[in-house]
Amino acid sequence: MKRYEAPFVPAYAGPPRQSPVLALLRAACCWLGILIGPTVAQDRAPADEIATGNVGRLDRVFSYRIAQPGGYTGAPAVAGDTLFLQSPFPHTVYALGLARRDDPVRWRVTPDARRMASVLACCDVTTGGPVVAGDRVFVTTLDGEVLALDAATGQRAWATRPADAGRAEALTAAPFVADGRVFIGSSSDDFGVRGWVAALDAASGALLWKRYETGPDADVGIGADFKSAETGGQLGIRTWPPEGWQHGGGGLAGGFAYDAEMGVVLHGTGHPAPWNPEARPGDNRWTSGLFARDAATGMAKWFDPIAPHDLYALGAQGALLTAEMDWHGTPRRLLLHPDANGWVYVLDRASGEVLSAQPFAPGNAITGIDLAAGTPQRNPAMAVAPNAVTRDICPGWPGATGGGAPGAAAAAFLPATGLLYIPVSRLCMDFEPRDANFIAGTPFTGANLRLKPARGVSRGALVAWDVAAARPAWTVDERFPVMSGVLASSGGVVFYGTLDGLFKAVDARNGRLLWQYRTASGIVGQPIGFTLSNGRQAVAVVAGVGGVAGRVAQSDVDVRDATAAHGFANALRDLKQPGDRGGTLYVFALP
Amino acid sequence: MTGQRLAPLVLMLAVAALAACKREIRSLRTDPAAADAMGQVAPMPNRINGAPPRVLAALDDAYEANAYQLSQGKRLYTWFNCKGCHADGGGAAGPALLDGWWQYGPDKVSVFLSIRDGRPHGMPAFGRYLTAEQIWQLTGYVRTIGAYSGKTAAPSRNDEMQSRPAESRAPAAASLTAPPSR
Repeated sequence: MKRYEAPFVPAYAGPPRQSPVLALLRAACCWLGILIGPTVAQDRAPADEIATGNVGRLDRVFSYRIAQPGGYTGAPAVAGDTLFLQSPFPHTVYALGLARRDDPVRWRVTPDARRMASVLACCDVTTGGPVVAGDRVFVTTLDGEVLALDAATGQRAWATRPADAGRAEALTAAPFVADGRVFIGSSSDDFGVRGWVAALDAASGALLWKRYETGPDADVGIGADFKSAETGGQLGIRTWPPEGWQHGGGGLAGGFAYDAEMGVVLHGTGHPAPWNPEARPGDNRWTSGLFARDAATGMAKWFDPIAPHDLYALGAQGALLTAEMDWHGTPRRLLLHPDANGWVYVLDRASGEVLSAQPFAPGNAITGIDLAAGTPQRNPAMAVAPNAVTRDICPGWPGATGGGAPGAAAAAFLPATGLLYIPVSRLCMDFEPRDANFIAGTPFTGANLRLKPARGVSRGALVAWDVAAARPAWTVDERFPVMSGVLASSGGVVFYGTLDGLFKAVDARNGRLLWQYRTASGIVGQPIGFTLSNGRQAVAVVAGVGGVAGRVAQSDVDVRDATAAHGFANALRDLKQPGDRGGTLYVFALP
Repeated sequence: MTGQRLAPLVLMLAVAALAACKREIRSLRTDPAAADAMGQVAPMPNRINGAPPRVLAALDDAYEANAYQLSQGKRLYTWFNCKGCHADGGGAAGPALLDGWWQYGPDKVSVFLSIRDGRPHGMPAFGRYLTAEQIWQLTGYVRTIGAYSGKTAAPSRNDEMQSRPAESRAPAAASLTAPPSR
């Protein structure tokens, strides 16, 4: 059910065009031995020429409309002067020539779709967005296919079907490509599918490894290398009721992060199945946590249990970002993770040690985090009991960030300010667990859920989190939960979009609104920055409201049922239908 | 009161009592021959709609107008994970059942075929999990929450969180707005 866009794959083929002054400064500083700031492997080609002084003059230079309705989550991808887009299921992949105004479509490919897989779109038919690496475009489809297309012609280089839609496995996250490998993860935690992550060979599509998130240690990849304070093996079986791990969930959450130097891929695991915690007593390993795995073999290095015996089916949603920073005087390799439970985790990604965890959103379910174990201390007043309604649990499902879609609401980190920009949803919920029956191919959830705004604050926000100080630097309140991704440019501008269709640019240091643009539909995707062929820097975003929250704005959800759209109908009754139910790509550049 | 005024009143009360009786009759065990016959729907070639089995008329349309059968449908709606995709009628991954828009038409045979045989864009086929009688119970319940006008029969009240207008208030009548996008 969770999807992810890849923060590490550059959204452009060539090096960024740097301003000569900046390049000189960087050279001078390196020569002088001054650390100019943490180098970050993330970012989607920060559009560093677009700065606070000139962002007000951003102009729309290109747009393209796709009539297909659905949630346009994920990100477009750019290579040279071609922009690649993927529509929601049943997908079509477009290659658009940015230099061509009339008939910009260079090619389009519609893979054969198994339409019955639409049932697996628990959180709306969406797209992870295509990923470009080398001369290939990599695409995942909801019905379980991974395709590699030639970027110039759209010809299929290879196609494989690692997820079996007949067993309710779906791929909603975009693939993540690094070092000649394509990393993918299953979704469908809500269908009681045993979650897994896998790596394919980028050249041929061959399966390199596949590791599950529940079950025997050999399936999960727990071996001699695994760092754990917990004794005794086979936790993936023993922390579940008998055979409960077979339908345990735990698919991909929070997306992938990558450390090329250590050869490690990091990812989150989704929530356990069913939602009703009484049906699965035990810690439910290895769901709702963060894994570090060897990128070549998939063997696990460490695991941080964000939510053992997850009570609210949040999973470990939320962006995963790497940063190299001084932490209390020592340079460390960090992993930044704003989690769905409303807390920002800063971890050492080599060892998995939790360095700090502080709340960024209003919450009452967790009173603290035990840094040594990485586990939460839960508020007993917010415990859930079967067949009883527990009211006003904060944060509400699917969490304070992450939007239910790994990477579709990715955060961004700007080394120059040291701030982590988090798209936030500030909702609470009434939660009623009920008995769940496992029927293959149908949802295995077992909870009634109604969302409502948190008291005293707006329903959404963009929070700028000071990583070193472990507290918020500034907050921009938003009327609706922020379900879009965030793009931070080195020029000091942060871009994000709102559910009611405003694409905004704010000052990275203080949150002051610098520019905004009204789009044809709400924005739930990831903005990207890149360089046009004429050398100008550009920012692109696709507006097409949908996804777990945005689908309330589509007319096939009746908001008079407070539990419709996973409870969002109650919280977003005033979200209007967009004028255009398809998706529209916008490209902005400086004149 | 005079005899003249009393007689129509007594008559009305008798009729109301008889109608109420019919609404509340519980037949806990269906005649096996009738149960077999209930699955004999004759679908059209495109399988969207079809002719209902004749035995339904013989049973006085029990699955639409009997409170017990509607309550059974409501129970099955939860037990067979309908809420996972359709919520409590408001829809999520599946379309809303509350709003009076029906992709395959509002007829009871359309709804029966949707549940029994599934539909191309993701509705699973429940025919192998449910008897025909249970599918008719579900059909009756689903058509009650999507009813355009009030009915005399309604299922019993929620055991679970009450999240939408009650079935007896004809929710669909209030909501015929823009058509669904897909």
